[in-house]
Order: sequence, then structure tokens, then C-alpha cells
Amino acid sequence: MNVLACVKRVPATAGRIRLVEGDREIDTRYLGFTVSPHEECAVEEAVRLVEANGGSATVLTLGPEESVDQLRSAVAVGAQRAVHLATDGREWDPGATAGAIADAVRADRDAGMSYDLLLFGNEAADTGDYQVPVRVAHALGLPCVTGIKQLSVDDGRATAKREASGGWEVFDVPLPAVVAVREGINLPRFASVPGRLRARKAAIDRREPAWPGNALDMVRLVVPGGEDKRVEMLGQGPEAAPAAASIIRNLGLVP
Amino acid sequence: MTVLVFVEHEDGAIAEASLEAATLARRLAGDDVQAVAMGGDHAGETGLGPITLHVADDERLAGGYAPAAWGRAVADVAGRVGAAVVMAPGTDRGNEVAAYVAAFLGQPMAANCTDVRPADPLEVTRVRWGGSLLEEATLRGSPAVITVSPHAVGVERAPGAASVATFRPPLQDDDLRVRVTAKEQPPAGKVSLGEARVVVGGGRGMGGADGFQVLEELAGLLGGAVGCSRAVTSAGWRPHTDQIGQTGARIAPDLYIACGISGAIQHIVGCKAAKRIMTVNTDPEAPILAQSDWAIVGDARAVVAALVAELRSGA
Ligand SMILES: Cc1cc2nc3c(=O)[nH]c(=O)nc-3n(C[C@H](O)[C@H](O)[C@H](O)COP(=O)(O)OP(=O)(O)OC[C@H]3O[C@@H](n4cnc5c(N)ncnc54)[C@H](O)[C@@H]3O)c2cc1C
Ligand SMILES: Nc1ncnc2c1ncn2[C@@H]1O[C@H](COP(=O)(O)O)[C@@H](O)[C@H]1O
Repeated sequence: MNVLACVKRVPATAGRIRLVEGDREIDTRYLGFTVSPHEECAVEEAVRLVEANGGSATVLTLGPEESVDQLRSAVAVGAQRAVHLATDGREWDPGATAGAIADAVRADRDAGMSYDLLLFGNEAADTGDYQVPVRVAHALGLPCVTGIKQLSVDDGRATAKREASGGWEVFDVPLPAVVAVREGINLPRFASVPGRLRARKAAIDRREPAWPGNALDMVRLVVPGGEDKRVEMLGQGPEAAPAAASIIRNLGLVP
Repeated sequence: MTVLVFVEHEDGAIAEASLEAATLARRLAGDDVQAVAMGGDHAGETGLGPITLHVADDERLAGGYAPAAWGRAVADVAGRVGAAVVMAPGTDRGNEVAAYVAAFLGQPMAANCTDVRPADPLEVTRVRWGGSLLEEATLRGSPAVITVSPHAVGVERAPGAASVATFRPPLQDDDLRVRVTAKEQPPAGKVSLGEARVVVGGGRGMGGADGFQVLEELAGLLGGAVGCSRAVTSAGWRPHTDQIGQTGARIAPDLYIACGISGAIQHIVGCKAAKRIMTVNTDPEAPILAQSDWAIVGDARAVVAALVAELRSGA
């Protein structure tokens, strides 16, 4: 089976987010880049399905030149093909992004590569738009499930589960289909040394879609004013345990 | 400007996040608000006030949640009432149904908004990065589709019964390809992370899966649940169901005890609803201290073991 996994390059923020002048971009001078944990899981799921069923795993991203790094990371953990929809670095809104991904899937089909499964992250790490997978599915006339944390594929159908109030909702989906997954569906492997070598040399299928314009337009970013708390230091090491215990008791939290 | 709100309900009781969306809708459009629900008996007070509530009544929808079909039904009402804005709660289903509405109508959608301002084009404030960054944005299109970030808007219940208008949505066969075919109930007896009054969280600083033993003991004593950071799940020390943060669970306990966790923003967005945070960390400069009410500097295993002993001694 042929599986596509879509990833998006984002800055690996950890501490407080800083913006560059104009407040339209995160200051990434001291940051690395990554993809959403959900998308790492989408790539892992694609690779596992292909290991079990044969076929090929393709990773695709739409983004600036540097996004090739994220494609290579996916090749390093087992994807065979990499497609780069190159942009000039401006942010494409989710409608524009979905349109370009759907076009790329159609172009692959016309060139003889049909996907049985299109895997996405449930939401992008940075914009959290919650819609690209549904829009791609609609554009291609495919069924779609989102929020998936368990997936099994058998005989042209997929069984997909998502968490709902502590339990699970089970979906039965005919393939080909679009599936948006959440972190936890699997535990992604780390890249091996041969994997990294393969990734360095991997061919990237580069395409340049035309930007159709945005209908959802960012005006500016704002760092929310979460005031720091005044922390009370209870002391060093185990000697501080009695102070901690009395706080917990005073909060009425000891049954 | 007519605003149509998609509301979720359980046996007719409108869900809290949907009432939040309806509250924001009234702030935007005053009385010119209508709502749409999938089935249910909505006689009496709903919290939505005396508005028109369109209720999809169709045996094809009775078999369980069908995302595309629900989206089709909402898009149908939006067209019939000439809605300028379609709103939904920023829940799993709300975001999914809204995405279908936007896709079917070929219109823009902004997920997880905290505010919306009447302007042409429509202006919204929405969360990015799971809540650690906000974005001001405009949506060009009609209807503009927006979902409302849960807990961002205080609910104002509007008194009065809704006038119910049932309708049969123009479903297409493809809309019913995907639906919930079965449900599996949660295991009984286990305190869930989302509902626990006390959560004991462990990070990379616990040093290994065995480091969680003592956290289990503390959580057990307090009737709480154990959580963890992503560094821990990535290392395979704990299952992902324990992960707190942007791509894990959101918690809101009375007390969160964070042990060996540095406090990356992606972790903080998952625990910022905790009423109090107590931290154990070897590093007095760790970012989590700025989010904490109390801190102990030291080795987490040793400190938590002493805390367990202290609580057991029952003084
Ligand atoms: C898009 C995205 C989504 C993410 N989602 C999540 C998420 O949902 N949840 C999440 O947690 N992270 C998430 N992350 C990862 C996050 O950025 C951090 O990498 C992660 O939270 C770090 O985990 P940690 O605090 O356990 O580890 P570290 O950052 O390595 O911190 C370990 C801490 O332990 C302390 N320590 C060391 N030894 C001891 C000891 N003996 N006793 C006490 N303290 C000690 C250290 O001082 C340090 O503060 C996400 C990242 C990205 C990019
Ligand atoms: N620029 C992009 N390139 C490739 N895939 C993307 C891009 N943006 C979004 N996606 C995919 O769509 C999913 C949901 O994104 P969103 O709807 O923007 O929250 C992501 O997790 C990715 O799998």
C-alpha cells in the first residue's frame, strides 16, 4: 500500500516565545526547527504500514526551502519518497495549503502513484487550524477521520479509534481515506545511522505551487501576558518535606 | 448580521463549550443569533434564550456521530438563514464539523478564537501553539466560520425557551461513509488526569521509568493521578495517556506537583488551569518555578520519598 504523510516545519520553541519587530513572526534566531509530535506519529505510522504491507511511504511538506530538513528527517526514519511544495516563506492559510496538497496528490495519481492512505497531524503545532485534512479530503472526494489514536488496516478498510470522554469512538472507514492522527498512536523510532546517511542523499521531488491568496490573514501575533507567580521557596532537599506536607494538608487534599 | 451557532448536546442539555460559543455569538450579533443542533428534545430552558433552534431530524443521523453529515446539515441551515458567521465550540467535534462547513461552502475558518469583532473583513483573536501565543487575524468570506476556544468566554445563560424548527438535511451518500460504529467505555475505577483533584507529574528529571514508583505512591496517598512530560513519553517510560501539554492532556487539578519537569511552554499550556503548582527541581532557575506557588530545590526522588513518609506518618 502507498501511504502519504504530511508534515509542517515549525520552530522548536521551548521557553518564552519572543517576536521579531512588527509582531508577525516568532524570533527564531536561537531556535531549532521541528514538526508537530502528531506529525512525527503520522510519519511513523506510514512507515510501519509500509513495513507490514509493502508499498511506499511518501512524506510531503509545503513550506520554505529550509523545510527540506524536515523531509530528510522523515526519510531518516524510513520514508522512501519526499515531496517539497516550495514557497517563498510567506504563510499560506489552511485553505491554500489544502488546495496545494490536493493538487499534489492528483499530480502523483496522474503520474502513477495513488495513495491508499493520506496521513496528517490532527492540528499543526504552530497555527492549530484544525482543518487542512478535512479540506484535502473534500477536495479529493475521500472519506476522513480526525483525532485518531489507534489505526488498523485490513482488506481495503481501516478501523480508526479516537478518544471521547475517557473511552473510545470507533470508526470504520473505506480506503482510500484521509486520517488525521494524534500523538500516542505509536511511539516514533529514532533515526538510525544508515537512515541518516540515506536521508542526506535522498532525492527531493521539488514543486512550486502558485499561491492562490489567503482568506484567513494573520494581522499580528501577541504573546499572552501571563504574569509570573511569586514562588515561595520551601527549602532544599528532603528537609523541606514537612513544609510541603503541611501545605498539602492545609489545602485539604489528604483523604 | 446573522450568526448561526452549532451546538452540541447530551440528551437535550446543551454542552458548556457550546453555551460559551453562543455567548460570544450574542456579543457579536445581539439578537440576530440562531442555533443548530443534531436531534434531541430541546423543550424548556436551554440557556440559548428565545432564539430559533434548528434541529436536524433524520433517521440517517440517528446511528451515531457522522462528521461530514453533521457538517452538511449545518452548512444547509447557514445557507437558508443567510448566516454571515457560523460559530461552533472549539471541541473535537466542533472543530471537525466546522471544518466540513468551511470546506463545503469554500469559506475560511479560524479555529479556537477567544474574541471576535464586527468589521469587514471579520476580525478575530485566536490561539496558536495550543495557547502559548495569540494571533489577531481577519477572515475574508461569508459565511466566515469560527470555533470558540473552550474556557475563553464566560457563559451567560440566556433565559427563555428556544423555538424549535426541525429540518431534514440534504445529505449525500458520501456524507454517511464515515460514522461512529461502536463505542468503548473507559475502564472503571481509575482517576482520570482531566478530573483528578491532585496530579503528580514527572519529567526527565525522574531519571527513568522506575523513578515513577514514588510518584505513584504519592498520587495513591492523595487519591490523585500520575502525569508526565513529553520527554518521558518519548523515552517510553510512561504511556502517552499520561502526557500533559499541548499534544497531551489538559489538566485542572487543585494541586499539580511537578517533579523533574523544566516547564517548557508546551507543557505549561496543559497545566496552567491548575489552581496551585508545587515544584521539585534540582535547578532553582528552571522556568517552571515562575509558574509555581511553592518550590523545593533538590532531587525529586529523594524529596518525594520524604514527602510520602511525612504524609504517612500522619502528624
Ligand atoms: C509542538 C510541540 C508540542 C509539544 N507538546 C508537549 C506536551 O504535550 N507535553 C510536554 O510535556 N512537552 C511537549 N513538548 C516538548 C517540550 O518542548 C519539552 O521538550 C518537554 O516538555 C521537556 O520535558 P521535561 O521537562 O521532562 O524535560 P527537560 O526539559 O529535560 O527538563 C528536565 C528537568 O528536570 C530537572 N532535573 C534533572 N534532574 C533532576 C532530579 N534528580 N530531580 C529533580 N529535577 C531534576 C532539570 O533541572 C530540568 O528542569 C512539545 C514540543 C513541541 C515542539
Ligand atoms: N504547510 C504544510 N505542509 C504540509 N502539511 C501541512 C501543512 N500545514 C498543515 N499540514 C498538515 O495538516 C495537519 C493539520 O493542520 P492544520 O489544519 O493547519 O491545523 C498538519 O498536522 C499537517 O499534517
